[in-house]
Amino acid sequence: MKKTRRQFLILACGALATGAHAQLPPNIAALRRAALEAAVRKVTGGAEPRRGRVKLDVPPLIDNGNSVPIAVTVESPMTAGDHVRAIHVFTEKNPQPNVINAWLGPRAGRAAIATRARIADTGTVIALAQMSDGSFWSDHVDVVVTLSACLEDGLI
Amino acid sequence: MARLIVHVPATAKRGEVIEIRTLAGHSMETGFRRTQLGELVPRDILTGFSCRYNGVEVFRADLHPAVAANPLISFSTVATESGTLEFAWSGDNGFTASHTATITVV
Repeated sequence: MKKTRRQFLILACGALATGAHAQLPPNIAALRRAALEAAVRKVTGGAEPRRGRVKLDVPPLIDNGNSVPIAVTVESPMTAGDHVRAIHVFTEKNPQPNVINAWLGPRAGRAAIATRARIADTGTVIALAQMSDGSFWSDHVDVVVTLSACLEDGLI
Repeated sequence: MARLIVHVPATAKRGEVIEIRTLAGHSMETGFRRTQLGELVPRDILTGFSCRYNGVEVFRADLHPAVAANPLISFSTVATESGTLEFAWSGDNGFTASHTATITVV
C-alpha cells in the first residue's frame, strides 16, 4: 500500500511521540515534587521554614539553563551567638533537587554565597538558611528557562 | 591538575569582611547525559569544597550535579590575622585539588 505524504507524517510524528513518552515515567511531575520535599525535609528535619530574612538572587528569565548565577544573602549579625549555620539551594525540576549545601559560621562575617547552577526547566528555585538557634528561613523565586540544562533527558 | 583560580585580597584591615571567589576547572559531568549511541555518560563531578584559614575551617560546601561546569564558589570571611588560606576540592573518581593563598592583615 502506498502512503501519502500526509499519512507518513502522521505516522512518523506518532512514533516520535510514543518514543519520547516511553522514556519518562507518567507521573514525573509528582515524583520530582516528592523528591524536592524529601530533600528539604532531610535538611530541616521536619521543621517548617519561615519566609523572610533570606534573599535569593536569580535572574527571573534564564536564556541558558546550563550556567545560571545564583546568589544567596541572609540577614544576620553573624556573631558567635546569632549566625547562619548553613545555606542550602534546591531546584524544583532538576533530576535531583539539590544544588549546593554550604556551611558557614560566625567567622564568615557576612552570610552571602554565590555560585552558578544548572536549571533544567521552568520552575521554582528555593534557598534555605539554618540559623544558629535552629530555625529555618527560606526564599523562593519562580524562573523561566528558555534553553534547558539536561535537555536530552526529556523533561516535562 | 585542574586549573584553579582563587581571588583573595592581598592585604586587608583587621576585622574587615573579605570576599573570596574560587573557580575550579572541571566539566562537572552530571551522569544524566547520553552519548549519540544512547549510553549514559558516567557521573564525574566535584562533590566537596572547603576553605581553611590558618588551619581553621571557615567555609565548607557540598556540590551536586546541578552546579554548573567550572564551579564558581564565592563566600566571605573576616580577616582576623595574617596567614594562609587553604582551599581544597574533592570529587568523584578520587579527584582532589588544593590551592593556597596568603593574606597580610594590617
